[in-house]
Amino acid sequence: MITEDPRHQDIHEYLAEFEDIPGTRVFTAKRARQGYHINQFAMSLMKAENRERFKADERAYLDEWPLSEEQKQAVLARDYNKCLDLGGNVYFLSKLFSTDGIPFAEAVSTMTDMSFPEYREMMMKGGRSPEGLRSIKEKR
Amino acid sequence: MARITAGVASSHVPLLGVASDFGKDRDDYFGPIFAGYDWTREWEKAEKPDVVILVYNDHASAFDMKIIPTFAIGCGERYKSADEGWGPRAVPDVEGHPDLAWHIAQSLILDEFDMTIINEMDVDHGLTVPLSMMFGKPEAWPCRVVPLAVNVVTYPPPSGNRCWALGEAIRKAVESFPEDLNVQVWGTGGMSHQLQGPRAGLINREWDNRFLDGLIGESDHLRRIPHIEYLRETGSEGIEMVMWLIMRGALGRKTRALHRHYHVPCSNTAIGHLVLRPDNGEGLDMTGSGVTAVAAE
Repeated sequence: MITEDPRHQDIHEYLAEFEDIPGTRVFTAKRARQGYHINQFAMSLMKAENRERFKADERAYLDEWPLSEEQKQAVLARDYNKCLDLGGNVYFLSKLFSTDGIPFAEAVSTMTDMSFPEYREMMMKGGRSPEGLRSIKEKR
Repeated sequence: MARITAGVASSHVPLLGVASDFGKDRDDYFGPIFAGYDWTREWEKAEKPDVVILVYNDHASAFDMKIIPTFAIGCGERYKSADEGWGPRAVPDVEGHPDLAWHIAQSLILDEFDMTIINEMDVDHGLTVPLSMMFGKPEAWPCRVVPLAVNVVTYPPPSGNRCWALGEAIRKAVESFPEDLNVQVWGTGGMSHQLQGPRAGLINREWDNRFLDGLIGESDHLRRIPHIEYLRETGSEGIEMVMWLIMRGALGRKTRALHRHYHVPCSNTAIGHLVLRPDNGEGLDMTGSGVTAVAAE
């Protein structure tokens, strides 16, 4: 039972704030809608036979899915920031990391301005500081 | 009567499952992470919970984009380890507790939580990694598990306040179950981490530790943290910490900490782990930790 005041937040204000986080794509309903097929394509790679078919001819496999040309190109290029922009979600895209046989952290590093060794080194030193990366407009 | 005797919070990083399964858990990298769970493994041996209500999130394994339940409860007999794209983990099947789970589902729905009821599903690292961290590598898991899956992937996830209130309702449901059961609630996922975009790798040690502080004692201020604060301060995947608030809500008004562990890094994340007792003056004897009992055996 909610005993606190469950004051309803304005949905537009709620969503607008997500655009103010540096270097971050929040998986909003809008992105979920745009990326439905890219994520379901990625999900299909959970099955070994699909992984084999995809690896044999990536383009042909992608053509079986109703993705936009831009989405297909982003997948072929393994341009993960682009995939996120076009509605991909990292948990679904991770099926592509494992199909490619690369560690999750290595795939994540390709979205940053660092090489994988540099990224790993940063994590060993305690990770990326939130200092200056909390808000675009407030520059903090 | 069934009773909630403890709450456990833990990250559920997939790489920890790999380390456990391939015997890397004491190497230079994983050693300091696993060492923080040694205390808990001994304590669990003494506690012998009958059932763990395990709050976790599925990572595009049992659920894809077709169906996105905000809160789902597993009422099945057993669950297999999911194939997440590289074959299922070689861990025992998870035994459910359908009688308790259905009882909780009914009680939660009457308390106005619209639960999704799941009878068949596979469970991924979100659920099996915490079992490995707390129980090691047994032939069979030593207790029954009621999986409680929360959507923390597609926005909006449930609010912290809603999660806390769900925990309170779970407590009420468990305490009205007639069988004498020792029940623990585990909240998994977290702490600060961001797995995507140019800001990937974000870690906020100070914020994480304040969050751990906030789970202990009487304050309920954590339930009012808005999503945007988790996102700004703890990275896009730090939102998983709302699942810890279900565990916290289930422990009642006041808690005390028995064990605490924090370490950076594990893969892309900070590892947080906390063992809590309800400390609510409602007549349960919560004094004495299990570890003393182990030492005495």
